[in-house]
Amino acid sequence: MNGNQRTVDPWRDFRDGPWRETIDVADFVHRNHEPYLGDASFLTGPTERTLAVWDRLRALFPEERRRGVYDIDAATPSTITAHAPGYVDRERELIVGLQTDAPLRRAIMPAGGLRMVETALRAYGREPDRRVHEIFTRYRRTHNDAVFDAYPEDVLAARRSHIVTGLPDAYGRGRIIGDYRRVALYGVDRLIEERRAHKAALDGRRSTDDVIRDREELAEQIRALGELKEMAAGYGFDISRPAATGQQAIQWLYFGYLAATKEQNGAAMSLGRTAGFVDVYLRRDIVEGRLDETGAQELVDDFVIKLRIIRFLRTPEYDQLFSGDPTWVTESLGGMGADGRPLVTRTTFRYLQTLYNLGPAPEPNLTVLWSPRLPDGFKRFCAQVSLDTSAIQYENDELIRPAYDDDTAIACCVSAMRVGRDMQFFGARVNLAKALLYAINGGRDELTGEQVAPPTPPVGGETLDHDEVLAAYDRTLDWLAQTYVDALNVIHHQHDRYAYERLEMALHDHPVRRFMATGVAGLSVAVDSLSAIRYGRVKVLRDETGLAVDYAVEGEFPTYGNDDDRADEIAVWLVETFAAKLRRQRAYRDAELTMSVLTITSNVVYGRHTGNTPDGRRAGEPFAPGANPMNGRDTHGLVAAALSVAKLPYDAARDGISLTGTVTPDGLGHTREERITNLAGVLDGYADAGGFHLNVNVLDRATLLDAMAHPERYPQLTVRVSGYAVNFVRLTPEQQRDVVSRTFHGSL
Amino acid sequence: MAPGAAPPVLDGAVHSWDTSIGVDGPGTRFVVFLAGCPLRCRYCHSPDTWYGRSGRRRTVDEMVATIARYRRFVQVAGGGVTVSGGEPLLQPRFTGELLRRCHALGLHTALDTSGFLGDRADDALLDATDLVLLDVKAGRPETYRRVTGTGRLAPTLRFARRLADRGTPMWIRYVLVPGLTDAVDEVARVADVAAGLTGVARVEVLPFHRLGAHKYAELGLAFPLADTAPPDPELLARVRGQFVERGLTVT
Ligand code: SF4
Repeated sequence: MNGNQRTVDPWRDFRDGPWRETIDVADFVHRNHEPYLGDASFLTGPTERTLAVWDRLRALFPEERRRGVYDIDAATPSTITAHAPGYVDRERELIVGLQTDAPLRRAIMPAGGLRMVETALRAYGREPDRRVHEIFTRYRRTHNDAVFDAYPEDVLAARRSHIVTGLPDAYGRGRIIGDYRRVALYGVDRLIEERRAHKAALDGRRSTDDVIRDREELAEQIRALGELKEMAAGYGFDISRPAATGQQAIQWLYFGYLAATKEQNGAAMSLGRTAGFVDVYLRRDIVEGRLDETGAQELVDDFVIKLRIIRFLRTPEYDQLFSGDPTWVTESLGGMGADGRPLVTRTTFRYLQTLYNLGPAPEPNLTVLWSPRLPDGFKRFCAQVSLDTSAIQYENDELIRPAYDDDTAIACCVSAMRVGRDMQFFGARVNLAKALLYAINGGRDELTGEQVAPPTPPVGGETLDHDEVLAAYDRTLDWLAQTYVDALNVIHHQHDRYAYERLEMALHDHPVRRFMATGVAGLSVAVDSLSAIRYGRVKVLRDETGLAVDYAVEGEFPTYGNDDDRADEIAVWLVETFAAKLRRQRAYRDAELTMSVLTITSNVVYGRHTGNTPDGRRAGEPFAPGANPMNGRDTHGLVAAALSVAKLPYDAARDGISLTGTVTPDGLGHTREERITNLAGVLDGYADAGGFHLNVNVLDRATLLDAMAHPERYPQLTVRVSGYAVNFVRLTPEQQRDVVSRTFHGSL
Repeated sequence: MAPGAAPPVLDGAVHSWDTSIGVDGPGTRFVVFLAGCPLRCRYCHSPDTWYGRSGRRRTVDEMVATIARYRRFVQVAGGGVTVSGGEPLLQPRFTGELLRRCHALGLHTALDTSGFLGDRADDALLDATDLVLLDVKAGRPETYRRVTGTGRLAPTLRFARRLADRGTPMWIRYVLVPGLTDAVDEVARVADVAAGLTGVARVEVLPFHRLGAHKYAELGLAFPLADTAPPDPELLARVRGQFVERGLTVT
């Protein structure tokens, strides 16, 4: 397999640059990538080999869907080397490596949290392993235990009442993208050498807390890199040296990624920005006659097959919150280079082509960094793939590149980071709508009556007074920002100690830039409520204890999502105000505080835990996802909604602002060609207007209703929901109804 | 108007506005729906636009200010502005001024009309119109009467020829209703008309649907086609084929 690699120069024909002397993949890509300006006509379909491998896996999916998991190795706490090599189809596979010794067999990762592991095992009818239990209760503490030892009481109360939720305190935090390309470009030995140099440099510094921690982390990183080599050796590969061919480049970088997924059950385990990098190798292979287009596509297809079967063991509740079984293997495609050349290559097309060759799927989470300056052929292919599969999300490259750089990738759904240079402490999100109800109720929860926030005088009177509500809201948001960051500081301190991402951090620069990525949910509900209080008359209905439990709205009021400045300005104000309050908090390891407006699919659960709101929304009703306007209140179509969302300042929400737009095919034009042109036009318009992120669902209501009634007919129906593509038939009936009732833009 | 005097404020009855993609002319469009229509088409899916009083008085300035917010977006997205209704030519001065002002902003303009009141469109209005979406409802005068209740076919045909003579591009629209507008001979006549005109860039055969039924109920009106099913794919293909046979571009 790797017979002659020692005789050829792995860097032959590469253009030189600083990347040779220092670890700098971005520089390598800049100097060696060649933009592809043509259309999709060169692409090839799947080979028989590809289909044979894929079919073998597909045969297992129905069983997995039925049971929730296909198989679990409950006795082996996963590490990079804990499991023997596993294969899907040893004779046919081109890219090898599985998380455990068999496909779809899930590993346990108790270091993040034993409780989550055991709950999940029991939920799927398996007994937790006694030895594992003993180790992780008697000898080894978990992240989860450590966090709960250190949480203060007000964080626990805020968590219980769901004003702060989704915190990564019971499992891996995720959202850290190792620069897996480094494994391929440099080989592991060079990376170890570089880490050793960093560590040696610390020897000259006094042993303060920070320095001790850095030294220990670097030592762990070096150890993890050693294990990475060992794991690859188990598959018969020596990855101590750089990859010498396209196949090796994909294999090496996949090994890097695979090792990360063997150790971390992260909420999002994203891949980075690999297509342009891989293209350099595939192009060289083609020039050298080693590969033709079919062969190149085959390698990409085989790689993507592997990415599609990344699995983590999680509880059914977790899957319910996030709809299905998400892993967020996000790959960022396209975008423009700082030099004005598009970062679009043939391999960028090849990645998208997998949605045809293997059929649509939510993973890997293919994310196009869109710029109106991208080549037309690529824009049209993206639009076409969106029309056919709804499986791409778009982010605005014209916002990301100036804020970060042109080697930036998305983690999870909308979180941008420079690959290998930035990491983030994932912070889930707080419920801004519920916070408004707390303000009105003097810090008491509207559903339980419990005093969660510190007691303040409730907003009195029969009709809500705008200024009084605003003053109270301001105080509540101060408390919320403080409590929230407090919780995150505890979580990330303990995660670093008990579930440190050794391998992912080994593939980052040292020192690394850290973000603390907070988030908000319920934006549109909070905004419309404030608008109702300001422009209409909102009467309060109280229970016998004086708790405001319902509201009656009189008069018209502008709603967010219709490009009406009166409502949209409230949204801008709220985003900026809360972001400023967060930035005033001191974050663990002096991380930069950022914020997202993103819910993924948890908008349903947030709604369920939030009482009646002053905008007329009923208790339990789902929120709109992300930064979307409330379902049904956007009366002027997708473009108006997009323009409203585009007003939210990216500078205040650098971790991303998510918009989900659902269009019917008919709502994009009459013919396929027209629809492609029009969708590309809408993406240009939205990017030009300053919109950050757009999920495009091209669907009709009838399709969805039929899929609800006959899930077996739509095993692959992918729906984009706020930052993420989910498999529609895996949603709960409640979530399916939410998707269906979402505004369908377009003339029917 | 005396020199130096302020122009009178021009306003019109506007039912609503919306943005749409690919269905009201090319690209992403800002669509203004004006209130009021002299016809009573049996298949009308917007009976709420029939009466001028159901609109709000809006000045041209107000509408242009709203449209200006979308100008950049619709331009980048390859679209423009469509003035629709109801029947926009029921308010020819307002419509004309709105089209002129949009045109002056550099926006592509479209007029969506039945043509029944085409005589009211002066040349200045048509000079400011880049595309007319002309709803030719029938090929035979009797059918036209049956479809519209109150209208006559001749004015639409007259308007169509005028557009062809002045070189204004047209999209001919034809609403296909089983049992009402689906006769082979009926369609053939419309196809004859369309094929005989220069400037017909395409023909849109629009399958009848019942999604506007609830609006009739809300207005306390009976929906005449409540029991008519949308055309099946075969019928749609046949009718489209009749236009294609005449060398027309059909969508
Ligand atoms: S012309 Fe148009 S608006 Fe007027 S009745 Fe006919 S379909 Fe309705």
